[in-house]
Amino acid sequence: MSSLTYDLVDSRIMVSRCLRRSWRDPEAFFTALMLPIILMMLFVYVFGGALRDHGPYVDYVVPGLIVLCAGFGAGTTAVALATDMAGGIVDRFRSMPIRASAILLGQVAASLTRNLLATALVIGVGLGIGWRPTTSVWHWAGAIGMIVLFILALSWLAAAVGLLAGGPEAANSFTFVLMFLPYVSTAFVPTDTMPSVLRGFAQNQPFTPIIETMRGLWMGHTSTGASLGHEALIAIAWSVGILAVSWLTATRLFRRSTSH
Amino acid sequence: MSYTVVAEGIRKAFGGQVVLDGVDLALERGSVFGLLGPNGAGKTTLVRILATLVRPDSGRATVAGHDLLTDPVGVKGVISLTGQYAAVDDVLTGRENLEMMAGLLHLGRRAARARAAELLAEFDLTDAQDRRVKTYSGGMRRRLDLAASMIRRPELLFLDEPTTGLDPRSREQLWGTVRHLAAQDVTILLTTQYLEEADQLADTVGMLTAGRIVARGTPEELKSSLGTEIVRLRFPDARAYQAALAALTPSAPASSAFAPALGVPAVSVRTVAGAVVAGSGFTIEAADDGAFSIDIPTDGSSARLRDLLDLLVAAGGSTGAGSPRVSTHRPSLDDVFLALTDTALTDTALTGTAGTTPAPRPATRSEIAR
Repeated sequence: MSSLTYDLVDSRIMVSRCLRRSWRDPEAFFTALMLPIILMMLFVYVFGGALRDHGPYVDYVVPGLIVLCAGFGAGTTAVALATDMAGGIVDRFRSMPIRASAILLGQVAASLTRNLLATALVIGVGLGIGWRPTTSVWHWAGAIGMIVLFILALSWLAAAVGLLAGGPEAANSFTFVLMFLPYVSTAFVPTDTMPSVLRGFAQNQPFTPIIETMRGLWMGHTSTGASLGHEALIAIAWSVGILAVSWLTATRLFRRSTSH
Repeated sequence: MSYTVVAEGIRKAFGGQVVLDGVDLALERGSVFGLLGPNGAGKTTLVRILATLVRPDSGRATVAGHDLLTDPVGVKGVISLTGQYAAVDDVLTGRENLEMMAGLLHLGRRAARARAAELLAEFDLTDAQDRRVKTYSGGMRRRLDLAASMIRRPELLFLDEPTTGLDPRSREQLWGTVRHLAAQDVTILLTTQYLEEADQLADTVGMLTAGRIVARGTPEELKSSLGTEIVRLRFPDARAYQAALAALTPSAPASSAFAPALGVPAVSVRTVAGAVVAGSGFTIEAADDGAFSIDIPTDGSSARLRDLLDLLVAAGGSTGAGSPRVSTHRPSLDDVFLALTDTALTDTALTGTAGTTPAPRPATRSEIAR
């Protein structure tokens, strides 16, 4: 076998290890599955009636919920990696003749898988309770591409945070930050009624263009009034930026934290 | 003679703190080397360097012919590391752990499965193979950890404090396993804080203190290096015991230090310094009022023992002081360890200060010695 084949085998084993660990943590698994469903119900049926402005609220809220669940998922990834680093198993892996990057890749790929499942669940439940995107197959493909890119960036960010945190407890607070941020964006309500400082933050933080890009692709128009192309450009720039910085940070931190 | 590990001048500092200060090692193929040292002596750092996890600041080493710095992948191919905190995945089952590790060694699925089953049987884990490692006892975890290290027979096996936290029975069991591995021609580098463990398992012992190996040899050699053999005299009753004490310490009134009233609870009296007494020429290292026993260091010669007994017979009269039960024992590795680590620590503390403060100071013992 070539060394590329070996790298693939190593990565496959690492991914399957991480996924196995996810399924076997019943609490986390249950939360990850229930969260999209409960939040959807909460926002559409509890808050949605009061927030109805232009058409059914479910049409508005789906991208916001996808981002929120992805944030939660990224927190899980950060904790999982921090837990690994705190135990002895990473040392054992690194003393074996395998590519060290497979260890990080395993966590990131597992994170991607978990989060895409959660996204599918949000979309499924949304469609089930009356979400009707007015859009073409190409727009769907674009929206899914946006989600994949965003979740990939978030997963690497989570890896960097997991390595930086120094322990599972510290890494866990990252979940909180990521679950809070979407509220100060266009995820659940338009930013018009926010105080000016908050509005400035909400309009310029990365989640807003990413949410607006999905919204534009699915519903035909953004909620900010900016053009889809404009929002998409900013969204992609943010995602690629976060991805690049996080990837560099994570791989460097990984090399450093394991060479002491 | 062939060596599995040859290391020269290994140095490592973390943020100005010197952890290893020029360590040389030569591990004979198939031998068990016990690396002893107090916490923070640098044992784990040395293991991590030789296991390619940490780069040394200077020095060089080869492991089974592979250069540590230029061919770390080659080194990784011939070593196995078992960590201080059993490095297995506790969410996976025992079998899954072994199959995963075997997969990472590129055995192929079927071969991985077969090897895992073999090892589970060999390490007595077959009954627990489908339970998550989380439910394993400490001893079972360590055995699984060792099994994972033996998926392919390594040239060099690191056992970093393998029995820390185990109960005595599991420890005995694990020792058996280690002996079994050593018999398979695997070179073992064992680190431990338990001197008895090194005594039981190691062919050669190195004492690491403050980043330097301050003594090395077989456990027997190290023990003889203290140059003494303890003679323990046990007397039949308090009267004989008191008489013997008096004979051994004629200038000190026996009443003050060594003559408690009969029936006092057993206390071990540790009197070393100052108990050397002109006349008898013997030192009392310890006297136990409860067991009526006296420990006396000697050079181990029969002549010296005869002198001692003659003295007691002459002084004891009818008390029975002249006919004690006699046993001798050599110092334990603990004694060697304490003797060595004490001085080494003092020396470094002093020279360490010298490095950082340029202020004038009195000459230290080690400087005078130079």
